[in-house]
Amino acid sequence: MNLFDPLWLSAKLAFVTTLILIVVGTPIAWWLSQTPSRWKPIVQAVVAMPIVLPPTVLGFYLLILLGPGGAVGSWWVSLTGSALTFSFAGLVIASCIYSLPFAVQPMQNAFAALPRTLLERAWTLGATRVDAFFSIVVPMSVRGFVSAMVLAFAHTLGEFGVVLMVGGNIPGETRVVSISIYDHVESLNYAAAHRMSLVLLAFAFVVLLAMFLVDRRWSRR
Amino acid sequence: MIRVRHALAKGAFRLDVDVEVPDTGVTGVFGPSGSGKTTLLRCIAGLERSAHDSGLPAHRRNVGYVFQRPALFPHLDVEANIRYGARRAASARVDADQVIDILGIGELLDRRPGTLSGGQAQRVAIAAALLRSPDLVLMDEPLASLDQARKDELLPYFDRLREELSIPVIYVSHEIDEISRLCDHLVVLDDGKVVAAGSLFDLLAFADVPQLGGGNAGVVLWGKPVDTEDGLTCFDFGDGDIWAPGDFTGESVALRLRIAANDVSICRERSSETTILNVLRATVEHVRDDDDATVIVRLRLGNQKLLARVTRRSVKRLVLKEGDRVFAQVKSVTVRRQAPTALLGR
Repeated sequence: MNLFDPLWLSAKLAFVTTLILIVVGTPIAWWLSQTPSRWKPIVQAVVAMPIVLPPTVLGFYLLILLGPGGAVGSWWVSLTGSALTFSFAGLVIASCIYSLPFAVQPMQNAFAALPRTLLERAWTLGATRVDAFFSIVVPMSVRGFVSAMVLAFAHTLGEFGVVLMVGGNIPGETRVVSISIYDHVESLNYAAAHRMSLVLLAFAFVVLLAMFLVDRRWSRR
Repeated sequence: MIRVRHALAKGAFRLDVDVEVPDTGVTGVFGPSGSGKTTLLRCIAGLERSAHDSGLPAHRRNVGYVFQRPALFPHLDVEANIRYGARRAASARVDADQVIDILGIGELLDRRPGTLSGGQAQRVAIAAALLRSPDLVLMDEPLASLDQARKDELLPYFDRLREELSIPVIYVSHEIDEISRLCDHLVVLDDGKVVAAGSLFDLLAFADVPQLGGGNAGVVLWGKPVDTEDGLTCFDFGDGDIWAPGDFTGESVALRLRIAANDVSICRERSSETTILNVLRATVEHVRDDDDATVIVRLRLGNQKLLARVTRRSVKRLVLKEGDRVFAQVKSVTVRRQAPTALLGR
């Protein structure tokens, strides 16, 4: 069995998930950072839930929701003819929900730290809300975006319980690296488990080191 | 004229303003802290929702807003900061080079906002607001966050702006000295309501409102420098001469002379034995209440007015009444110097 198949699949999954989460998470994070709405704590709690929920619980509900009999799953079947569960697409959806708080929270913190006067100045200088967001908020929140991407990517890479529940263990489709390591350990193939684990260990260390180094240079400016 | 009509309620505070301000020159909005000055400006700019408002979003109102603290965009250099509004302006009626020149920021263009002093940053913020080519400029205590030295450094730039650009300005301040120096028109605000509005010179001399009493009482006269001697300059204000420290003979136009009511005293006889230089013949025109111990006496000097803040006891002792011929002793005069060109680093 190829060592790189599961690694490649995990990387692909993490990349797609991160991309979607930046697009979907940014408006959520922006809304949460700006709104005086009384719904804010509720939305915040929902977004943060995957942090405290056991992955198996989350995976169980997602399995029901995404399964051919579930609300989302049956719609997907009627649309594409194939099931969401035990497929890569299903994994992407599950990962997005699972990693959502890790993308939203750093961005929300970055947005909340921006002085409101900067925005108001941009508006009085003729910038629309969207224009001010991209010309002022985004460049000033680069650190928040980088943290969000790193955390979402790394967190998706390491997920296990949700994948097992929703995706199963189909080589090339849903057998991501963490499942694969589990498999190898189960079959007492420690050498293969070692190789994959080491790659992940090194990756985690390098990514975090890079992030903290960048962070340090940033704060010195 | 520009009609300014806004009403809103924020907790216990209520703003209810309906006033017309001229579409030229500088209109001062004066009032104590918490009187609603900033809220009014924010309403005009569209940053605050108010009744009677057009409801137009802030970016579609062509106003330049100068905040109390210059919130420059830290990720852009000075040049990009001042062009931010210009790039989004519907028209470019204001000449960028002229504004950069007037505000003396030509040398700062490639600096980062973080490296600027408070005064420099505020000049950049003003330039950015002006390059938006606004129909109206709103200034919210632009000097309040600066120390006295920085204020003195910045004021001449305001003088030049009002002289060289014909954009109407609404200038909010709780400092009567700043208002007296820069404004032509005045709106006095208290507790969210307009208590007086009109020409600065008339209101200072005539308005019987507590906000323009006490230590704020005083007048502004126009004086043309005619002579200099012993480090003093003699100003002809139309109805006589007045001496003030400093050499202003290089100025060719009439300058503003601010005379605070606290610096004017009244005597029946002309005393030759006094350290006070300026003793002017005057007629008592009006006596109005100030506080428990003091009154404000309006004096007529030909066509001009002077205010004196004196104790009730003195008025009683001198038996002062309207129509009396008296002498006004002026202890101090503040002269608004024109912006010296050398300061602007050309």
